[in-house]
Amino acid sequence: MPQHAYKYSAAKLLRHGLTRGTWPRMWRQPEFKDTYDVVIIGGGLHGLATAYYLATEHGITNVAVLDKGYLGGGGSGRNTAIVRSNYLTPEGVAFYDRSLHLYNTMADDLNLNVMFSRRGHLTLAHTDSALRTMHWRAEVNKLQGIDSSVIDPSDVKKEAPSLDVSPNTRYPILGALFHPPGGTVRHDAVVWGYARAADHHGVHLHQQTEVLDILCEGGTGPEGKGPGGKVTGVRTSRGDISAPIVVNCTAGWASLISNMAGVPLPITTHPLQAAVTEPTKVFLPTVVVSGSLHVYVSQTDRGELVFGASVDPVGTYRVNGTLEFTEELAGHVLELMPGISKMRLMRQWSGLCDMTPDYSPVMGFTPVEGYLVDVGWGTYGFKAGPVSGETMARTIATGKTDEMIAPFNLSRFTEGDLVGEKGAAAVGH
Amino acid sequence: MIIVPCPHCGPRNSVDLRNCGEVVNRPNPDTATLTEWRTYLYLRENAAGWVSETWYCRAGCRRYFTIERNTVTNEIRDQS
Repeated sequence: MPQHAYKYSAAKLLRHGLTRGTWPRMWRQPEFKDTYDVVIIGGGLHGLATAYYLATEHGITNVAVLDKGYLGGGGSGRNTAIVRSNYLTPEGVAFYDRSLHLYNTMADDLNLNVMFSRRGHLTLAHTDSALRTMHWRAEVNKLQGIDSSVIDPSDVKKEAPSLDVSPNTRYPILGALFHPPGGTVRHDAVVWGYARAADHHGVHLHQQTEVLDILCEGGTGPEGKGPGGKVTGVRTSRGDISAPIVVNCTAGWASLISNMAGVPLPITTHPLQAAVTEPTKVFLPTVVVSGSLHVYVSQTDRGELVFGASVDPVGTYRVNGTLEFTEELAGHVLELMPGISKMRLMRQWSGLCDMTPDYSPVMGFTPVEGYLVDVGWGTYGFKAGPVSGETMARTIATGKTDEMIAPFNLSRFTEGDLVGEKGAAAVGH
Repeated sequence: MIIVPCPHCGPRNSVDLRNCGEVVNRPNPDTATLTEWRTYLYLRENAAGWVSETWYCRAGCRRYFTIERNTVTNEIRDQS
């Protein structure tokens, strides 16, 4: 944090509590300039983290982050706040583990309590084939030094006593992949932390600024867009900005933004629904995930149970809730924890997930010079936020694709070199 | 809930069918280059608005058919 930044501390909290003084705004309302070195589309976790690391690690501060709504109003504020690194491919494991490390020190780095709770993560296996995949994941994880192992039902019961591990259920629990470093983070705090820190380092955060078009020249498509061309700027609802580098950090609208530059993406957008119950006394110490039952459960510090599911099967931009989801979710959760049948659901919401064919993201350079993407984050964007920002910033600053994100390049689809993460990234399989 | 008008089975809840995504033109596998083929396999318009898409009536007549759906409102209209 630079000198002029307002530092949060226990003493400040006490003083404000006693004097009831107002807190300073977390970030400025900057003037809208018509030229920036880097324009980042999407003021969510990925966009803000990229801006933050550009400013702090690489000294690139003439950066604008544009959002058509408010900061963290998309996937960053709608996810179920779970973090873990027990993936299936070595590329995925290394990547998400770096993210976990960044989450670990984030409260100090950003001077904001992000409420990281390293509470352990259980992925349940209900079939022999699921158990086999768990063993596979555990071995891949261990090889890379990640704490991850397969445990049997009696140990599952010790970690999460409310689970029904008896063999008499419809889908008996045969074991679980136990990942102690996994946990939950307060997702809004992460967004605010990155936004505040980026702002203090000189980044301009423009909310209520919708990108209408990406301006290109020299490309093979109409208006100079498409492969072979280069980016000259963006047209927004508040005027044109010229910039040599434009980064697409959107989720839900990634294809629409990318089509503006003439770069089609291998993405279909699906909503993912989630729900939260009324608060109760804390009884669930770990995060519990079941692939076969398409559900994941964790309990917040306030005592609410947060439920997430797989993406809706029909691709759409509409984010309304459905009765099918609520029924299926309730049935599946009760299958795992029959004891909570009297709990009431309090809220239900959904967010947009950009699904790629191999359940891995699309990151880095594109055939249009100066146009970069950090998209296709499906159902795993939150846990990857910090490392995505770090690697995208390094890629932008050095002009070379960072080694860690090289496997996630857009060209893997035309080269047929996919990174299959379906076995570990999603619960809907 | 999305009600999908199957041309053979009539209106049905979308959970009885499978959404196979937007209609994409399949190149001739004998002459297509690898790039053309993979473009057909993976790249999508993913438009917000009216799109032509394929549905499979998996719990009914098991036939494939094409309809137009608005991906912002989920309204459906016949392909005509």
